[in-house]
Amino acid sequence: MQQQALPHPSSTKPTFRVEHLWKTARRSTAFLPAMGLIVVVLGMILLNGRFLSVGNLENIGRQVSINAIISVGMTFAILTGGIDLSVGATMAFIGTLTAGLLASGVPGIVAIAAGIGTGMIFGLGNGLCIARLHMPPIIVTLASMSIARGLGLIYTNGYPITGLPDWFSFLGRGSVLGIQTPVLITILTYAIAYILLQRMPIGRYILAIGGNEDAVRLSGIDARRYKIIVYLISGVTAAIAGILLSSRLMSGQPNAGMGFELDAIAAVVLGGTAISGGRGSIIGTLVGALLLGVLNNGLNLMNVSPYVQNVIKGAIILLAIFISRQTRPGAAH
Amino acid sequence: MSATNSTMTGQLLRLEGISKSFPGVKALREVSLELDRGEIHALLGENGAGKSTIIKIIGGIQSPDEGRILLDGEECRFSSYRDAIARGIGIVFQEFSLVPDLDAVDNIFLGREMRDRFGLSRKRVMTERARALFERIGVSIDLTLPVGRLSVAEQQFIEIAKALSLDVRILILDEPTAPLTPNEAALLFRVMRQLRDEGIGLFFVSHHLDEIFEVCDRITILRDGANVGLTRVDDCTMDQLVEVMVGRRIENSFPAKPSTVPDKVLLEARDLSIHDGGPKSHFDLREGEILGFAGLVGSGRTETALALIGAIPCRGKQVTIGGKITAIDGPAAALKAGIGILPENRKADGLILPFSIRDNISINNLPKYTRKSGWIDRGLERETTLTLMRELQIKAPSEETPAVSLSGGNQQKVVIARWLNRRSRVLVFDEPTRGIDVGAKAEIYRLMRALTAEGYAIIMISSELPEVIGMCDRVAVFHRGAISRILEGADINAEEVMRHATASAPTPVQH
Repeated sequence: MQQQALPHPSSTKPTFRVEHLWKTARRSTAFLPAMGLIVVVLGMILLNGRFLSVGNLENIGRQVSINAIISVGMTFAILTGGIDLSVGATMAFIGTLTAGLLASGVPGIVAIAAGIGTGMIFGLGNGLCIARLHMPPIIVTLASMSIARGLGLIYTNGYPITGLPDWFSFLGRGSVLGIQTPVLITILTYAIAYILLQRMPIGRYILAIGGNEDAVRLSGIDARRYKIIVYLISGVTAAIAGILLSSRLMSGQPNAGMGFELDAIAAVVLGGTAISGGRGSIIGTLVGALLLGVLNNGLNLMNVSPYVQNVIKGAIILLAIFISRQTRPGAAH
Repeated sequence: MSATNSTMTGQLLRLEGISKSFPGVKALREVSLELDRGEIHALLGENGAGKSTIIKIIGGIQSPDEGRILLDGEECRFSSYRDAIARGIGIVFQEFSLVPDLDAVDNIFLGREMRDRFGLSRKRVMTERARALFERIGVSIDLTLPVGRLSVAEQQFIEIAKALSLDVRILILDEPTAPLTPNEAALLFRVMRQLRDEGIGLFFVSHHLDEIFEVCDRITILRDGANVGLTRVDDCTMDQLVEVMVGRRIENSFPAKPSTVPDKVLLEARDLSIHDGGPKSHFDLREGEILGFAGLVGSGRTETALALIGAIPCRGKQVTIGGKITAIDGPAAALKAGIGILPENRKADGLILPFSIRDNISINNLPKYTRKSGWIDRGLERETTLTLMRELQIKAPSEETPAVSLSGGNQQKVVIARWLNRRSRVLVFDEPTRGIDVGAKAEIYRLMRALTAEGYAIIMISSELPEVIGMCDRVAVFHRGAISRILEGADINAEEVMRHATASAPTPVQH
């Protein structure tokens, strides 16, 4: 039987650079979400004059940064075909832990390092259970969510920790060269995540594990190692978010971050990443987090009740998934 | 073939001019097919001849691009498998669709359980019905055990009983005898004859000509997606069938074997055992040779290869590569030792389907492209990919084409390219030509010979005897979990291979 005649690979060099770039962008999983973000932003500008004010944009930046940072780890976990439900609780625990250490006079750098280190331990624990003991990610991280939440409450006795040194507010409220610190930290986190995912072997492995873990294993890659690293990363980003949150609130709140894991999942999925793994991008997640943030902010400006906002948010997530499933190449099944 | 009124002549089903294309492959071209009441009709053809596709079309799982389907002389279109079932068509697939944790009764009535007026399951009634079905086909099955704990043959009978419970008039059995022992197959044939005598029309797919002669009435032969013959069993001989089935290609599809095989041993495997206390396999693999792993399904060929690379646990082995004893505890270690595998199921175990050709090829070779900074040099990666695509003649619009949209043969080449890129000297090809079309098969064969000429050593696991005989320099025949004999030279022929594969008396193990 004859193969259909297809052009030889070497004959398809990109003709124009711009055209090539457009094609690449068009193919990206972040393309549709980005279009959606543009539409929503334009809509908000038209509907509300205050939307574009510097004060409001700064507001959005602050609101988005925490969810955006948690969503980085969530993106990695989902790309491997897993999930990390523990991020919200881990964030709250690390936030109170760091705040507690600072309040008791521990040097700032040590307190922050302890916070991030503890986040790593949580991530490592998740990763080991999932990769080495073959436990399902959703159960493992559900359990560690409960553990982290409980530890935060034990540590604080249920009360917020206050009395933090003044300099600490710089992380959550300060600014460098006119850009807010949390926004800078978010950009930095995304830049690192982008390089890891798009430019380094580990990113390729992460996507490949989500695409077909058996094939990855049989090609001689130690898939387990990379799965552990993924949850480790998620622990770290949750810790960073926790420290930023404590700084913004200037207190350690044991009950903070309830449901943040769901917002993070929403951001990842809105960003075009397949919930089954293997396809997606970190840029898409940033777009997804911005989309959620802009919606929140715009609806607030329009005085839409928070109850109604929830309904709108849910409907938009459904709509986004519906559109992406309709347009995905080879979406026969 | 005359086009007389079909309802009068007892014709059940008639397919006319059925064509079907998949991306890159024309699977069926104007195939016609007929089935009478009370007939066992063999569908014969090599892998990739189009049997599976035609079955799926009859079962409504795929719809034809062109052609008509006539059931009892009336044209019909099945919109789904469910639709076909409702019209009395049943298929027993190679992979069973039973739920392993449920018992036979629950499996048979899955999705249409009988309930009393309180909505409770009428298990007793269903059990009676199931028992009657098994009595009808004359087999006895433990109805209380989860079917996962029954034998393959028993599971097959449950599939048949399930089809009968749906009042099938057309029953399609897709290679039902492949996993069965001869005794079980004989029992299956008895059941098939029983059903035929009740007026049911059966399609029977098998690669074993002797089975076809034993149980079938007529034979339709498919080759390269076309119907190349329809004959009554009494009117033909096995030799004629083989000739029609393989066509002219039998001489020219396999490249010539080299006259001499170098005797430099690349890999020695000793005491490799896949079961606790089971028999042990020993074999050498020489540079530039193709060593066949032949044997019946379930004889341990794939398991032995997987145990060799450490992908499945092994009860003990000693592997020597290049004179050094090497511990291979997993695919990562095998990769280091220079062993690559082309898995039997390329979609499930070989390819990362959403990934591009480039990503699929470079997945286990990324350090090669990684600069000191830790970034991947994508220019170099692209260049290497294009070179490999040219060398292996992978046909695709670009190196960014996702693996999922390639034809079977090209997908296979992508996985092979992965290992060539890595310069793995030992390649394990597990059923390398399964499910790819004939032209692509010949290309894979030529490629394998080109590789061995460069000094690669290949272990080829294959269920297709002609392929084993046509391609291999030596053949290790498996029997009940281990190599029972290694054949060389003139001993590599169908009779010898089958004799050792089915040998009831143990043969001395040869090193």
